[in-house]
This record gives sequence, C-alpha cells and structure tokens, in this order.
Amino acid sequence: MNFLYAAYAVTWIIHIGYLTTLVRRYSRLKKEIKELNRSQ
Amino acid sequence: MKKIFPILGIITLALLSYALYEALVAAPTERTMGDVQRIFYYHVPSAWTAFLLFFLNFVASIQYLVRRKPGADRVANWIVLAIAAATCIAAYVVPLPEGVEKSSVATTGIAIAGIYFLIRKLFPGERADILAVVTAEVGVVFCTIVLITGPLWARPVWGIWWAPGDIRLTSTLVLWLIYIAYLMLRKFSSGGNTALIAAVLAVFGALDVPLVYFSIWFFRTQHPQPVIGGGGSIDPRMMQVLLINWLAFMCFAYLVSWSRFRLEVLKRDVEQAQGLQELMETRAR
Repeated sequence: MNFLYAAYAVTWIIHIGYLTTLVRRYSRLKKEIKELNRSQ
Repeated sequence: MKKIFPILGIITLALLSYALYEALVAAPTERTMGDVQRIFYYHVPSAWTAFLLFFLNFVASIQYLVRRKPGADRVANWIVLAIAAATCIAAYVVPLPEGVEKSSVATTGIAIAGIYFLIRKLFPGERADILAVVTAEVGVVFCTIVLITGPLWARPVWGIWWAPGDIRLTSTLVLWLIYIAYLMLRKFSSGGNTALIAAVLAVFGALDVPLVYFSIWFFRTQHPQPVIGGGGSIDPRMMQVLLINWLAFMCFAYLVSWSRFRLEVLKRDVEQAQGLQELMETRAR
C-alpha cells in the first residue's frame, strides 16, 4: 500500500510543482511588462 | 477561451477527483498483485498522454520545418495523405500481429493525417514552433511521472526497482533524455537557428516513441504485455477505470498546455518589445 500511495503522491507533487513554476514564470513576465510600460 | 477556461478547469477537477475515486476505491483488486496494481491507473494514462504530446511535438516540428521553404509545405501535405492512404491499404493487405484490429490501424492512419491538417490550420506561422515547445515540456512532465511510478510498481511486484537492459524501460529513459536535451537546447541556446535545430532534434527524437510503444509487442521484456492489442487482455471494469483516468489526464494536460502556450506567446511578445526598446535606445544615443 505504501508504494501505491507513494506513486499517487509523487504524481501530484510533480504536477503541482510544474504548475507552480508556470505561475512563477507568469508573475516574472508581468513584472517585466510593468517595467517596459514604465520605461516608455 | 478566457471564459471557457474556468469552466473547463472545474470540469477537469471534478473528473480527476472521480477518476481518483474509481482508481483507489471502485476498481476491482487484482488477484496476484493486490492493491499495488492500482498504480496502473496513473502509470499507463501518463504514458499515453506523454506519447500523444510527443507526437504533437513531432507534427508541429515538421510543420515548422516545411514552412521555411516555399513548396515544401505542399509536398509535405501530399506525403501525409499518401501515408494515410498507404496505412489504410496496408491494414487490409499486410498480415498484422495477433490481437491488432485492421480497422484500428486504418483509423490510426486517418487520425494521423487529421491531426496534421488540424495543427496546420490552428497553428499557422510561428505558432507551430510555440506548440512544439509546449508539448515537449508538458510531455516531459508526464514522462517523468511514468519513469517514477514504474519503479514504484516494479519494486513490490518484480522485487527490483529497474530491469537493466530491458528494452521498454531503456527506450523510455532514452526518450525522456532526448526531450530533456530538446528543452535544454531551447533554454540555453541563444543563436538564431535554435528553433530550427530543436525542430530537427524533435523529428529524430520522436522516432523513439514507436520503439517504446511497440517494444513489448516484438521483444521479450520484463514489462507486461500491452492492455490494448498485442495479445494482452484486461478486465472490462479495469479498462473502464483506465479510460476514465486517461480522459481526466488528457483534460488536465490540455489545460496545462493551453496555459503554457499563452505564457510562451506572452514571453515572445515581451522579448520582442524589449528588443525594440533596446534598438530605439541605441539609435537615440
């Protein structure tokens, strides 16, 4: 049972981890857009 | 699409929850392996989703390459149509391995052509390259899950984490490494030919996908036989749970890919704006 729960947990940890990187990249881009707008 | 996204998100979340319940509670327990066999409901759909994403990466890369030369696009269209026709004819003429339906092979040939022309229509110009990046990245995420859940299933069943030299396992690892190399190339190469080199790498990398998929059909491996075709069989209730989980993962992959696509478009727009700004600053000096 431990292997089963480990497999399911790892799957969701990887998915959530990837989604977190997407959110971070998006907020970084938003910052860059703000800076671009400010400098124009 | 902005309005549909939250609705699709809620549907996908509900579907994933239902699929989890089906996999952990409702699906029948396998007689010899016991509950650990339920890893199957995450391992196999993740693999199928990864293969589909790598296939889309392959098609998008081909389209990016053929659009670079006038006339090549038209030639590629005829080649795709010829491949679809040849597959349909071969399905009914060439003897197929046991358990493989003639109609499935013919449908696959038509579906490949359909996907090719759909991508051609929906992702014109530079968008094919963006689709290639997105599908490679999301495909690697799903392939990573396959490579981790596989050993977690193998350890209690086979007594080993990994079977060295096994063609299914090794070719899957090679596939993962190829796409990691692809993503590294896209991230760290700054030359003007990055997209072109990446597209060529993707076309050759995708050749590993059929090797991974069909390795258990034609070679003796530690890995179990396929559950669809190729002489494998599965309990109908288990198959139902498997397909529900695959549908849930496909919806999830679609939403993640869509978000990643939007992010890539925005990133390229920002890079272009930054480039223009630098150019204007240089001219002003």
